[in-house]
Amino acid sequence: MAEAIFEVFRGNRDGGKPATYRVPIAPGMVVLDALHYIQAHQAPDLAIRWNCKAGKCGSCSAEVNGRPRLTCKTRMDALPLDKAITVTPMKSFPVIKDLVTDVSWNYRVNKKIPPFEPRPGVEWKMYQRDVDRVQEFRKCIECFLCQNVCHVLREHEEKEQFGGPRFFVRVAALEMHPLDSKSRTRILKDELGIGLCNITKCCTEVCPEEIHITDNAIIPLKERVVDEFYDPVLFLVRKIRGANK
Amino acid sequence: MTAEYETHDHDVLIIGAGGAGLRAALGALAQGAKVGVVCKSLLGKAHTVMAEGGIAAAMANVDSADDWRTHFRDTMRGGKLLNNWRMAQIHAQEAPERVRELEQWGALFDRTQDGEILQRAFGGHTFRRLCHVGDRTGLEMIRTLQDRGVQMGIDVYMECTISRLLKDGDRIGGAFGYWREQGRFVVFRAKSIVIATGGIGKAWKITSNSWEYTGDGMALAYGAGAELKDMEFVQFHPTGMVWPPGVQGILVTEAVRGEGGILRNKLGERFMEKYDPKRMELSTRDVVARSIYTEVREGRGTEHGGAYLDISHKASDYVKKKLPSMYHQFRELADVDITKEPMEVGPTCHYMMGGIRVDAETAQSSVPGLFAAGEAAAGLHGANRLGGNSLSDLLVFGRRAGLAAAEHAKTIDTTSIDSGQIEEAARDMLVPFERKDGENPYTIHRDLQEAMQDLVGIFRNQEDLTRALEELEKLKARVGHVGVEGSRMFNPGWHLAQDLKSMLTVSEAVTRSALTRQESRGAHSRIDYPGLDATWGTKNNVIAREGSAMTLRQSPVPEMPNELKQLVVEEK
Repeated sequence: MAEAIFEVFRGNRDGGKPATYRVPIAPGMVVLDALHYIQAHQAPDLAIRWNCKAGKCGSCSAEVNGRPRLTCKTRMDALPLDKAITVTPMKSFPVIKDLVTDVSWNYRVNKKIPPFEPRPGVEWKMYQRDVDRVQEFRKCIECFLCQNVCHVLREHEEKEQFGGPRFFVRVAALEMHPLDSKSRTRILKDELGIGLCNITKCCTEVCPEEIHITDNAIIPLKERVVDEFYDPVLFLVRKIRGANK
Repeated sequence: MTAEYETHDHDVLIIGAGGAGLRAALGALAQGAKVGVVCKSLLGKAHTVMAEGGIAAAMANVDSADDWRTHFRDTMRGGKLLNNWRMAQIHAQEAPERVRELEQWGALFDRTQDGEILQRAFGGHTFRRLCHVGDRTGLEMIRTLQDRGVQMGIDVYMECTISRLLKDGDRIGGAFGYWREQGRFVVFRAKSIVIATGGIGKAWKITSNSWEYTGDGMALAYGAGAELKDMEFVQFHPTGMVWPPGVQGILVTEAVRGEGGILRNKLGERFMEKYDPKRMELSTRDVVARSIYTEVREGRGTEHGGAYLDISHKASDYVKKKLPSMYHQFRELADVDITKEPMEVGPTCHYMMGGIRVDAETAQSSVPGLFAAGEAAAGLHGANRLGGNSLSDLLVFGRRAGLAAAEHAKTIDTTSIDSGQIEEAARDMLVPFERKDGENPYTIHRDLQEAMQDLVGIFRNQEDLTRALEELEKLKARVGHVGVEGSRMFNPGWHLAQDLKSMLTVSEAVTRSALTRQESRGAHSRIDYPGLDATWGTKNNVIAREGSAMTLRQSPVPEMPNELKQLVVEEK
């Protein structure tokens, strides 16, 4: 039976190194299957996260041959098998153990975002054409691959000033909800640091749900921030009125 | 030895953060209770995200003739009248309000032309009734509840696993568990506990369920003295993926059939004409699963041992819009373009109708202060669940459990837990580390899955079930010698060693109940007793613990009031 060689990161906060495993290949096999095989036969304490194994929960994110992927959707027959397949944890988050990282920062950022607030006395009618664009954002499975690959977080580690693509998508879903009444532009600018994004579209490329993060979420939000805070006419109006905000 | 642990106090502790757990948390918070939610995974990853087709609620947005009475009748008939009628009534009456509430918390369902929530057809439902978002309704629901919970300030203990419930005399007092990350112990003192841990599918080899579905909640409740009911009724969903091997069992939503998908065997015959000519592909799940299984067994299966499910006669754009995740799932995992070619599908272990026996109004078990909701609880679905009735179940009874748990907590001053229980729970957790030559938990799990798949599957008989009980005894002995490698830090092998105990408890309960029920009803099919038996139609099997032994008794199915009886029997 054909075999694949895996080099899987084993370690914790204090460091670690790759360990080598041999795994028999079955038709249609994905990387997560191989990790399960390793757990069952060679390393029962290999730490990974997974739940649905069908690309719906966003738990099994890791870097396969250096590329951020959901391991449940990474087919072995799409990888070169003449050399070892490397599997490492997401780089932008601290390692807990092996392939499991500490993603709790994301949950803290999420808490900063003001929730859905329907207009008072609103009639609960919405039309498909108005919800279509928001439904795109709500497909997000919170795999955090976009956060992992974003330069602002990966290279510059601006976690205090910057919310990251996942949360721009979440804010976009709220801002474009047909019945929402709240404005989140100040938070986008001041707390989530949307200005730091320089639109390289890396997040869009890795999104397993194929959400057009940059074009449909980030750019329209940037425009809202610009309209609200940097529009010269509005700026003058605010100045004259004494800027009570 | 004195175990080291941290302690947290809550009025209401909720175990499980899927739809039922989160809705229970919101219900209890609304009563002013101090609420904690414990979950095995990260928040938002619970099995509810896998729910695809929709939430059943008689809103009558698409078919104006629909009302709670029809939904009630469909649910009772689907459950072969073994349901708790009061739960079925509450469920049908309250589901529409629970869906509207989700919308008011920000959920965005697909819409009708008039701007209302769109509803689709599903198996066993007389009218188009399932409120949905494409084929990712569960994700929409869990995200909405999660956001609402964050807004209201719930305390969530993520990647934390409960291994034992603690008692204060006869009533519930708390729970013992451990943090996955460091392996440290934690004790929760709680006046009320809500079990919302979902199902048991991981005891079978071919299943649509995630690693979390190991029956913990049922085993915890059983261990604490609560009763389990209807454990023989395990739903095999008719359509799971069958090829390639790694994806075997992954769910193919019933919405494919709801949107017009057709089942065929390898000869091209639309075989549902033979089994249920009236409802065809939209027959109930028990019937469709048995039909596919029978076609395969009689030699008319596909290349990989399934049936063909075809939606390619619908417009490509329509399929991609209404079934986007199915489109991606097949394209990426099986190299099949479902807009052009048929899928190969076969039955997969999917859902547990049975579970913790609870009161219909309050969701309280026989242990004071212990509540259960969702898949972990029994009663609503009887012998077979209709598609779409699960998500509505989570909302309706999650809320009721949360409210009742908060009310119960108000009647309790303080709880005290003797340290003996805690020491014992800690010892139980640590003992696998001490066995130097202990058996690999993964090997035991594989053997359990094979035994349950082969001997306690879709079609059952006395011989197989008797053998299954013998196998389970052997497996129990092996679990007594399970060993764990490595440290306590994020150790899946150690976790599985705990999960095995729960899986064995629920597997035994399923097998004993299945052996006792000498008839075929709903999801329980006995080859040696192929027909319905009227006497069994008035009884539920109830499992309880006496010392270390599992006991089984029959309890009469509660009798419906006359006006509801008429609803169920009329116009056959």
